Amino acid sequence: MVNTKINLCGIEIDNPIIPASGTYGFGYEFAEIYDINCLGTFSFKGTTLEPRFGNPTPRIAECPDGMINAVGLQNPGVDKVISQELPKLAEVFHKPVMANVSGFSIDEYVETVRRLENDPAANKQIGWFEINISCPNVHGGGMAFGTSAKAAEEVTRAVREVTKKPMFIKLSPNVTDITEIARACEAGGADGISLINTLLGMRIDLKTKKPVIANKMGGFSGHAILPVALRMVYQVYDAVSLPIIGMGGISTAEEVVEMMLAGATAVEVGAANLIDPFASKQIIDDLPRVCEKYGIKDLNEIIGGAH
Amino acid sequence: MKQSIYEILENVEIAKNTMKMVLAGDTSDCTAPGQFVNIKLDGFFLRRPISVCDYNEETITIIYKVVGGGTEAMAEMTPGQELDVLIGLGNGYDITKVGDAPVLIGGGVGVPPMYGLAKSIRQANPEAKVQVILGFNAADEVFYAEEFKTLGCEVHIATADGSVGVKGFVTDVLKNLEYSYFCTCGPLPMFKAIEAIAKTSGQYSFEERMGCGFGACMGCSCKTKYGNKRICKDGPVLEREEIIW
Repeated sequence: MVNTKINLCGIEIDNPIIPASGTYGFGYEFAEIYDINCLGTFSFKGTTLEPRFGNPTPRIAECPDGMINAVGLQNPGVDKVISQELPKLAEVFHKPVMANVSGFSIDEYVETVRRLENDPAANKQIGWFEINISCPNVHGGGMAFGTSAKAAEEVTRAVREVTKKPMFIKLSPNVTDITEIARACEAGGADGISLINTLLGMRIDLKTKKPVIANKMGGFSGHAILPVALRMVYQVYDAVSLPIIGMGGISTAEEVVEMMLAGATAVEVGAANLIDPFASKQIIDDLPRVCEKYGIKDLNEIIGGAH
Repeated sequence: MKQSIYEILENVEIAKNTMKMVLAGDTSDCTAPGQFVNIKLDGFFLRRPISVCDYNEETITIIYKVVGGGTEAMAEMTPGQELDVLIGLGNGYDITKVGDAPVLIGGGVGVPPMYGLAKSIRQANPEAKVQVILGFNAADEVFYAEEFKTLGCEVHIATADGSVGVKGFVTDVLKNLEYSYFCTCGPLPMFKAIEAIAKTSGQYSFEERMGCGFGACMGCSCKTKYGNKRICKDGPVLEREEIIW
């Protein structure tokens, strides 16, 4: 028997597999086709204070072994997430969920987290916060907080004031030195670091000779970015003493093991869910067999093992 | 929605750059005309969403235009090969609203879903007078005119160059018809021309670049009078009354 249980900031999860925010909605599309309680947890759709439609379409472009999206944080706003999405989620998912929060000012991050904290039902459902300071698809916010160590620390410190739940800060790879940002989050009181968000990218349509994406640029994700994600997780593991949720291109159980060896305590699976709706479940099903193949008896023992 | 492996029974060119593919496998999640499938192709990251032309208990027929690398790869496939397909995607047309003399308007590769729709309407109401307008650029692109006639539809063809049927656009035919309702699928400029002259309620089936095709990624959202909708999950068929042009 392989132990796949992981302690993620004081909450034990059955396995380290977490569908990534923005690729899993609020869970119900997937709950229609399998029991999503097999997941470790999942990170729900990035939520902002106000409702957002997001960017104009086309928002999606194909890439070699990956994709670009420029959705732009479409979500119904925190109040509707609390009143509509989370009660619906409670019907199909009975484990603590990870609340992914975005904002355009420090006050917005703080107020969004505060409302999720103050609603008794939402508070009970939420196990962790994941503060997204790395969305490349919105202007005047999002990634701006994740590309400055000072701003990253300020957001972290401000949100820390309003929640005692474990709080991960989700970092952007679009920086010169990710360890500097990670250390700033640690100094600001983060409980963990999530990385990587998407890489800023572009595609151009040869017929129109213009960018495919209406927003021109978008976030590049998918299998192709795995090596970049592994490298950054490896670097951040050395830089901070916080648990890491590693993500970026993970599509197989073997890659989960690889990411944990780089330093991740848990992993998120993103674009793979969009291509194969059963991807996260398949990885969970495959994980014990892959661990056995490589002589791993307890996943906890391999975290950071490549260092 | 169901994910399953389908065997290609047929993959033939039926008009210029236009292929018909018949897939055998579990079709139980196909529930309405106007739905689509999403096909995984080796060497391509995103699946290819393609509207369903027709389905029965054992097969799904799709008709696709070869427009890029993905559809070029599909066109090379041969019977016996297998494909990973998500089926039963999207809402499809609501045939309970069409009345007894609907007109179905297809432009180019918007024609295929009109076939399944015509068939469903005729099955539900054999007395219905189903009028069909098929719009193409030229004679070498025309397909399925005879198939619609076999269903008992009144078929009108419009070609931009006048090589078959009425010279002009589908609206040059539509303006002279009497109808109880309309359903359409095709390019956006055609939709706008229809919208300008349509005399009844109707349903439009929209196309958009999609990430997942099943409502998870918000890649294909649009605004409607009834709130934000995902073309892949809440559409692709929207009612005339809700559309914001």
